[in-house]
Amino acid sequence: MTGERLTGSDVLLKALAEQGVEVIFGYPGGAVLPIYDALFKQNAIRHILVRQEGGAVHAAEGYARSTGKVGVVLVTSGPGATNAVTGLTDALMDSIPVVCLTGQVPTHLIGNDAFQEADTTGITRPCTKHNYLVKRSEDLARVVHEAFHVAQKGRPGPVVIDLPKDILQGAATYSDPPPGGHRSYNPQVKGEASAIEQAVELMAKAKRPLFYCGGGVINSGPGASQLLTQFVHMTGFPCTLTLMGLGAVPASDKQFLGMVGMHGTYESNMAMHDCDLMINIGARFDDRVTGRLNAFSPNSIKIHVDIDPSSINKNVAVDVPIVGDAGHILEDMIKIWKARQHRPDGKALDSWWKEIEAWRGKDCLHYEPNDSIIKPQFALQRLFEKIKDRDHYITTEVGQHQMWAAQFLGFEKPNRWMTSGGLGTMGYGLPAAMGVQVAHPDALVIDVAGEASILMNIQEMSTLAQYRLPVKVFILNNEYMGMVRQWQELLHGGRYSESYMESLPDFVKLAEAFGAVGLRASKPDEVDDLIDEMIAVDGPVIADIMVDKTENCFPMIPSGAAHNEMLLGPDDKAARPVSEEGMVLV
Amino acid sequence: MEDQDIRQHTIAVLVDNEPGVLARVIGLFSGRGYNIESLTVAEVDDAAHFSRITVVTSGTPMVIEQIKAHLGRLVPVHKVRDLTLEGPHVEAELALVKVAGTGEKRVESLRIADIFGATVDDTTLDSFVFRIDGTGEKINRFINLMRPLGMIEVARTGVAAVSRGNKGFS
Repeated sequence: MTGERLTGSDVLLKALAEQGVEVIFGYPGGAVLPIYDALFKQNAIRHILVRQEGGAVHAAEGYARSTGKVGVVLVTSGPGATNAVTGLTDALMDSIPVVCLTGQVPTHLIGNDAFQEADTTGITRPCTKHNYLVKRSEDLARVVHEAFHVAQKGRPGPVVIDLPKDILQGAATYSDPPPGGHRSYNPQVKGEASAIEQAVELMAKAKRPLFYCGGGVINSGPGASQLLTQFVHMTGFPCTLTLMGLGAVPASDKQFLGMVGMHGTYESNMAMHDCDLMINIGARFDDRVTGRLNAFSPNSIKIHVDIDPSSINKNVAVDVPIVGDAGHILEDMIKIWKARQHRPDGKALDSWWKEIEAWRGKDCLHYEPNDSIIKPQFALQRLFEKIKDRDHYITTEVGQHQMWAAQFLGFEKPNRWMTSGGLGTMGYGLPAAMGVQVAHPDALVIDVAGEASILMNIQEMSTLAQYRLPVKVFILNNEYMGMVRQWQELLHGGRYSESYMESLPDFVKLAEAFGAVGLRASKPDEVDDLIDEMIAVDGPVIADIMVDKTENCFPMIPSGAAHNEMLLGPDDKAARPVSEEGMVLV
Repeated sequence: MEDQDIRQHTIAVLVDNEPGVLARVIGLFSGRGYNIESLTVAEVDDAAHFSRITVVTSGTPMVIEQIKAHLGRLVPVHKVRDLTLEGPHVEAELALVKVAGTGEKRVESLRIADIFGATVDDTTLDSFVFRIDGTGEKINRFINLMRPLGMIEVARTGVAAVSRGNKGFS
């Protein structure tokens, strides 16, 4: 395989193929023409032409998150690379493995303010896990192999390879990935045995334990989710999941308390506050989860399993830190639990569950049904009923609809839920759904969207049409940036500054203009038929669901509040005005 | 209770000597709002292309842990050592101090330089360039004494540090 003289572009594609790449999401331009020429001459790698580079990165994220593989992006220099920055930051925040190839002006022009030149490695340094500027054609194969290693190992993330045009055109030699590890980057996957033992002993003694798990379990592979579910059953402990962790334990599981955090369930947040042992596996004590830090789970001992040492003791000081991969550590924990024949403290656990059941009894996701106006929660409940027995994947944009989707669509398996958690990128859902559909051509892929978010990357409808990707866009249309409006109502005296979406397009006609099918429902009794039709259409659909314009997303932990200070519904808000300190937080 | 005391730490980092590595380290500090009080970098192994970065920073124990964890996960970083935590170490810095003037002040500056063990690297009839090395604290004292004696320019290298004893950087 080695020794053959090729061009840089040939070597690049060969290295990608060797890494198992089947599809690239990209957009051509001057600096990457040699790669597009090489792509033209081969059949191993498929290219999906997006309509804006930002869409390419989100598509690669959707592809990666739904398959566990690395998503690959190819964009040109200058604006191609700068358009990719939001997606790269998104992938960094949510730990998604992406390799992004960016074109660059020829090496002799770098620094000359040449046409379509940007300091791509400079711009992307803080928003990637690592980046490379390739200065010799001979380095291409090595750098590509290294980039895939870095993107996947440890906490996954985006890696940029900046490729000057002359490097792509120059003669290069292919080489296979070197055996053995990387010379400096080999993150720890096995956890420290004594810490794992200590954690298991604490679990055996706990009276009010709680599993709090996140995206790290998903990223560890489907096996980790199975192990987690097994361990949850074995211990009888309650389990809550973060937004990024949904699906790690089946939503229908009796021991699953629902999502935790700002719009998580009452029972999850109360259990977080009142537990005596918190077993955090692959979650990072994000501010959306913790609420006010000095009131966060005040009486618990905290175990924290994370593959990224910098996540440990970042926001919350923990008692038992364990650095390593969630799957490996769960396996070890289960082994020790079994070997020592541990049984949970049944009596204590019973009374803990009784408390939890009382919290559950609050039915915190309850909303007031309406015969004439479609409630967004109702639309999602109907959607869930119609899709739950089908092979389906859900993506979302960002805002109220995202939180309702997290609350009302039950995820039974990992890798079925793609959402922008850390960065909160409006416009993520449609291109992400596109990437998911490319990876799973026969599955039902739905982007739960808002009418504001969807317009941020609406151009990708054209890509769906070109590749006949039957993505269903399910818009909860309240004619507002709903979450902005909700915060303005709660925090800014109902002054709805710039949050009303004026002059919205007719989404049905817009769908038709893109060669898709447009559907609309305005009354609750039209929702079921619309969903049936949407699923039946053999192609992309935009479904425009005209929902209640003023519905707010509850329950909610207001900014600066603690877990046990949740607002359960609209009537709660007057009783507890948001504090001055809370106003400053986002 | 968590320890909220802010302490100064000297951290040594062994990195691949490659373009952008210093930018990654500096970007990490600025992007996350950490302090850099001193930073030095130079290649220390030309065969292996290793550079050693010595950074003096300050923070609570939690912040210092974060800094080390973030440094450790940078791809070109091979080793991170907290010299302050790991026991006694030797720190040294070099400074060039230019003093201009004539008469009694000029004589006094030379006398103090002699006391401090500074050498004279350049002289004209109305100026000296002193070279002094030692701890940052010693150099601070020297500079404070030179200021009223006509000091017009200072260049400092920042701190280089190694641990005491027979153990290497492993």
